[in-house]
Amino acid sequence: MPEAFEPKIVAFFCNWCTYLAADLAGTSRIKYAPNARVVRVMCSGRVDPQFVMDAFAKGADGVLIGGCHPGDCHYQEGNYKALRRVELLKRLLRQMGVEEERFRLEWISAAEGERVKIVIDDMVEKLRALGPRVPARRQEVA
Amino acid sequence: MKPKVAFYWCASCGGCEEAVVDLDEEILNVVNAVDIVFWPVALDFKRRDVEAMPDGSILASFINGAIRNSEQREMAETLRAKSQVVVAFGSCAQLGGIPGLANLFDAKEILQEVYGDGVRPQMVHRENGHSLSLPEFFDTVLALDRVIGVDYYLPGCPPTPKIIAGALHALLGADLPPKGAVLAPDHALCEQCPRKDTRPEKLVLKEFKRPHQMIADQQTCLLAQGLACLGPGTRAGCEALCPQGNMPCTGCFGPTSRVRDFGAKALSAIASVIDGNTEAEIARALDAVPDPAGTFYRYSLPSSLLGRRRMG
Amino acid sequence: MPGVALAREYKYMCSDPGQELIRQDIRDHGLDRIVVAACSPHLHEKTFRHAVAEAGLNPYYFHMVNLREHDSWVHADKPAAAAKAMDLIRAAVRRVRWHVPLERRQAPIHANALVVGGGIAGIDAALTLASAGKHVYLVEREPTIGGHMAQFDKTFPTLDCAACILTPKMTAVKSNPNITLWSYSEVRRVEGYVGNYDVEIRRKPRYIIEDLCVGCLECIQACVFKQAKVPDEFNLGLGKRKPVYIPFPQAVPQLVVIDPETCIEFKSGKCKKTCVEVCAERNAIDFKQKEKIENIRVGTIILATGFETFDPVRVPYYGYGLYPNVYTSLEVERLVNASGPTGGEIVLRDGRKPATVGIVHCVGSRDVNTNRYCSRVCCMYSLKLAHLIKEKTGAEVIEFYIDMRAPGKAFEEFYNRVAEEGVSFVRGKVADIYPAGNGDGRLILQAEDTLLGMVRKIPVDMVVLSVGLEPRPDANDVRRLFNIGCSGDGFFLERHPKLAPVSTFADGIFVAGCCQGPKDIPDTVAQSGAAAAQALALIDAGVIELEPNTAYVTEDACCGCKTCIPLCPYSAISFLEEKKARINEVLCKGCGTCVAACPSGSIRQNLFEDQQIFEEIGGILTYA
Repeated sequence: MPEAFEPKIVAFFCNWCTYLAADLAGTSRIKYAPNARVVRVMCSGRVDPQFVMDAFAKGADGVLIGGCHPGDCHYQEGNYKALRRVELLKRLLRQMGVEEERFRLEWISAAEGERVKIVIDDMVEKLRALGPRVPARRQEVA
Repeated sequence: MKPKVAFYWCASCGGCEEAVVDLDEEILNVVNAVDIVFWPVALDFKRRDVEAMPDGSILASFINGAIRNSEQREMAETLRAKSQVVVAFGSCAQLGGIPGLANLFDAKEILQEVYGDGVRPQMVHRENGHSLSLPEFFDTVLALDRVIGVDYYLPGCPPTPKIIAGALHALLGADLPPKGAVLAPDHALCEQCPRKDTRPEKLVLKEFKRPHQMIADQQTCLLAQGLACLGPGTRAGCEALCPQGNMPCTGCFGPTSRVRDFGAKALSAIASVIDGNTEAEIARALDAVPDPAGTFYRYSLPSSLLGRRRMG
Repeated sequence: MPGVALAREYKYMCSDPGQELIRQDIRDHGLDRIVVAACSPHLHEKTFRHAVAEAGLNPYYFHMVNLREHDSWVHADKPAAAAKAMDLIRAAVRRVRWHVPLERRQAPIHANALVVGGGIAGIDAALTLASAGKHVYLVEREPTIGGHMAQFDKTFPTLDCAACILTPKMTAVKSNPNITLWSYSEVRRVEGYVGNYDVEIRRKPRYIIEDLCVGCLECIQACVFKQAKVPDEFNLGLGKRKPVYIPFPQAVPQLVVIDPETCIEFKSGKCKKTCVEVCAERNAIDFKQKEKIENIRVGTIILATGFETFDPVRVPYYGYGLYPNVYTSLEVERLVNASGPTGGEIVLRDGRKPATVGIVHCVGSRDVNTNRYCSRVCCMYSLKLAHLIKEKTGAEVIEFYIDMRAPGKAFEEFYNRVAEEGVSFVRGKVADIYPAGNGDGRLILQAEDTLLGMVRKIPVDMVVLSVGLEPRPDANDVRRLFNIGCSGDGFFLERHPKLAPVSTFADGIFVAGCCQGPKDIPDTVAQSGAAAAQALALIDAGVIELEPNTAYVTEDACCGCKTCIPLCPYSAISFLEEKKARINEVLCKGCGTCVAACPSGSIRQNLFEDQQIFEEIGGILTYA
């Protein structure tokens, strides 16, 4: 029997909200799907769209950006910058054949350990339903 | 004996060939200095002539155009073997170029669009015991360095005479640039743009405009007028030809050496200046960017990190 | 794994022997990069960087992998968790190769401190800082300091008179030359960073010239209002005041306030101004007074903005506001207080003395419909009020509780004492309060007595709702002003619940008292002392080392497109005459937004270089 498909998610979490929320989920021993790997950045505003493209190019099944809630950014408005880029990037990814379930921006505050679980479990479930993703690069001939 | 030089075109519009001719009197110097051994658009050499040359006998091959079929790949490979130096000439060879936008589709979709349900080209044609075959049409357009090693890149759609002359000068001179170099300045175009000083320090935009929707002021920064000018992210070298013609930069010189994915980075910069903090405000601002791939990857889709739209 | 020269497993790597192991290995094996895969970097990144530095290596040749909080503690599937651990470690190993030596920046700490909130927490913190010789600005929103504690009658479990222990501290604030007290004032803007916060404070007009008023209160006597008619905020509307008033007799500062909403001069401009007449000699009344803006620079800030009591209107079945004899506990504090609106007489609104009093616990606490948390003080203050009511009126007092929580010094003993005094207890949550059918004006408290296993309906004359403690309604605005977080319940978030309980995620900003969560006076004072000590430690160190994760412009590469300039919330990016951007390292807080935006890739960020992040992504996605 073939092994069930397990998606891999690259998660960019901001240092002050979502990374801490994931820490809180840890100290609270909340159990969630082991599919996401966190890359810590100081602010969701640091997430360069190139990082998202690179993750998809290297075979990530999903990319998740976690930042502070609107108005709560540790750096005042970095999360708004992230939102602007994400909105435009979503449109570009749609053209590139990347399903919208694969790319998410979520606001998760430092107090919302439970939400880390909800978001990651939900995303994993949706990615499982989509099935494995062959990166476009590997579809080239040459 | 004069050094031997070859020119070849793959998937391209011919503009790069024009650009060589545009060298004007300079071309006479080139012709004096080198021996052009292959240039299908201008001189009558055949493929078999090149194949007959010893490996490494050509000093430099200037290949323009992207690779989108098997013949182009074969020719690129042949020229690579025969040449000491291969120069990717122009945006298509360097980045994939305009033909690279075909990567938003695959071969089947493109053939369907062009031929519909009518007659399709036959891959092999037999006549009187002879057979002619068409090259394989790839799903994916590739930049030149995806199929052969490339020593230098000459950016531009097409490269400007000044850039070409500079490259020739460098190649024929004693001090060769480091391998892999892009033969244009490694900073962005604003540096050369006459409108540079008119950009406000704190520019934010509630909406963008498309060039056909307005008559842009001749002096003011085009981005400040709401046009998605990609000059801030595009390598300099053209001396802001398009902004000088009152049109925004569309990015043909590609990224600087510090950027891996031209489109993603340009997108980031453009999105960052949107004046809006909600999805609705941002969506409104983005109304004038209906085709992000065509806007940000106009010349660079095949060399982007994703390379193409995912098939299947 | 490529690049790994030595891998070690040790159970307590953060312990001294663990750190020594790292130092020894660096020396013995000439290691030039260190990765520790253990807990969250928020806990021990500093520890390990320090250990690395002690071995003579630059501390930033280190990277930490979070295998505990982000992996082993949250995943039940062990093989999957192990695979994730490998990915994360591979990412760190690839990343750390690209680390470069960095220097920590130092910022001087301004010696002044700001304390926001003049309740017992703020008062105590301010006095502690002032006694250490630091200058303190104490900003209080109300006309007087004292906060909620000033409204209490006695304090549990010792039954000290609240005013007797609080007012000496209030006057000490006023008389301390190291404290600048700005009451009736609010912080409007905060900028800067640890050690150098620039704060703008708005001082509301009280229409009294502070330097001239001596607090004789004769203007109040002389006011054209012969009778006090305005509901008195300090007494929660149970008493009345005049348009010119002082909140309570021991208010600090001893300055009157004129309320422009009710003062006739403000409303019609045709008042006889008897107050001005009586103050003719000092001439301290100024109807034209405008708000005043003060700008100060401080090194540290203590937030002690307190709480709000739960508004029981939100639990309509308790009938607060509908039945006059349903009171909140805070109202009853004022009723039992000798200086309160009834002079300490516990009487109902119709003047009757209650014969039976029901006290309802957990109103707005421990309830999924309001607040899930326990407000921590209600059980004990309910016992205190039961004692005081019984003592003053001899009434029968019945407490309706869910659990009796008395976990403090001498708390359980106090509970026993009150029980022995004859107060009755019903273990059950009150489900409904309604008037008795016989029209005698009594109220029926209906509750399931979970000890007897039956529903009881008990008639009482007076109901006291033991309301819980909530964050201030503007807590969100305040925390945004100071750039700190808040926990799920809305109270300010501490940096670590156990090990940094008064610090916040904004360096140099500390929290004390109920703004961080419900607590009683002893805990509040302990916390304000801790906050003051933390602030003092910073001030006395004189400098603070800052993370070097700032962004910087590669000026040779910058084309001067100015994309970055509007993105910086701290105005740290300036445009030079030579038409390049430059980042002021002192102002940069290291978010990296400009780095992500720079279209030509000419802005970089220490510790978060593009290359380092690409390597992490690559490490995660390298399929073994």
